[in-house]
Amino acid sequence: MKNSPPGDDVENLASLKPPRASEDWTEMLALMAETRDKSLYVDLFRHFAPRVKAYVLRLGVVPSAAEEVTQEIMLAVWRKAHLFNAAKAAASTWIFTLARNQSIDWMRSQKYPQYEFDDQKPETSEAASVPSAGEAEVLSDRMAAAIKTLPENQAQVIFMSFFEGRSHGEIANRLDIPLGSVKSRLRLASEKLRTLWGDAV
Amino acid sequence: MKINHHLDDATLVSYSAGALSQGMALVVASHLAICPECQRRNEQTDAIGGALLDDLVDDSAVDDKIDDGMLNDLLAKLDEEPEVTTAAPWPKTDIPRPLAEYVGANLERVEWKRIVPGVYFHELPFGNGGVSRLLRIAPGKTILPHSHEGNELTLILRGSFSDELGRFAAGDVADLDDQVEHQPLVDSSEDCICLVATDAPLRFTTWFGRLVQPITGF
Ligand SMILES: [Zn+2]
Repeated sequence: MKNSPPGDDVENLASLKPPRASEDWTEMLALMAETRDKSLYVDLFRHFAPRVKAYVLRLGVVPSAAEEVTQEIMLAVWRKAHLFNAAKAAASTWIFTLARNQSIDWMRSQKYPQYEFDDQKPETSEAASVPSAGEAEVLSDRMAAAIKTLPENQAQVIFMSFFEGRSHGEIANRLDIPLGSVKSRLRLASEKLRTLWGDAV
Repeated sequence: MKINHHLDDATLVSYSAGALSQGMALVVASHLAICPECQRRNEQTDAIGGALLDDLVDDSAVDDKIDDGMLNDLLAKLDEEPEVTTAAPWPKTDIPRPLAEYVGANLERVEWKRIVPGVYFHELPFGNGGVSRLLRIAPGKTILPHSHEGNELTLILRGSFSDELGRFAAGDVADLDDQVEHQPLVDSSEDCICLVATDAPLRFTTWFGRLVQPITGF
């Protein structure tokens, strides 16, 4: 007989109450990875699945496939949870990368090239400055606030990149500006976000 | 490995956004695999995506809800064992792993096609507009002067070259755009092997370059 992890009451899980307004999703995901508690999965699903679906659609997955792609991504959240590292990323960031990769796989029929954190165990001397689990969530909120402070023309190139998957050249064509301007706007945005985001790191 | 040349911020943003071509994403992933500094910067650009994702729906809006059908389907699947994909132990190699997935772990086993004496290439299987290939260039050889319509990303895997912008050795990445015209010269005693990707065709600046471009594409 297999052991039933805590909260393994499948029939009742879906009818559980929605989570409270402000949760530490990062802590919750880390805890789910450890305990395999399905009630945590339900909470995470209710928060993230609608976001993932909205993202998948924006990036260009056709509406008829969006549910299926979303479902695959949300299944990966459960199955790959052991790879989640709360010191490296907030839950939203980790789920974002899963969603991005899965959407691209679907659209291009090719795996988006990526590296793995533990690829060659780089000699990190910055261990001291790595944020802890609770901090990742704080940093994520801070990033969201920082994005809202970007000047219009920088926010625009960020949105066109993340929500439409457009390359520098495509953005340049669309906005009718030189390639160099697209890149400098992205650089300025990235620099500004890093400063605002990284202050506490 | 001391890395002196890193990825441009604009490139890292587009990589995190999923907005790079396969070829360019492969160069980025391969550099990230060996560069802790760019890894940290990539964690930050990924966090932009995370924050945008989190802000994407309004929890109070009914339209954004997903019905419980999907959740119930998933709950029923959670106990299924996924197909086991036991990753084979990775051999010790000087090829970054993301690249090794396409060309194998051994640079000696790559099949090369000759362009001109001393210059070889190996095409990667990405057919979406730009160029994506390994280049192998003998010591003292130069690549034809060229500029770019779009971006050009080069990761040096072995040997080194110098151009108008400086010296590039193993691990370094040259992240260039259409403002740059350059003519890299291999200055190492061994062949220089690099991974190159562009997001648009290159523009050669000599009549000879224009002549051979259809053959070399580089
Ligand atoms: Zn780097």
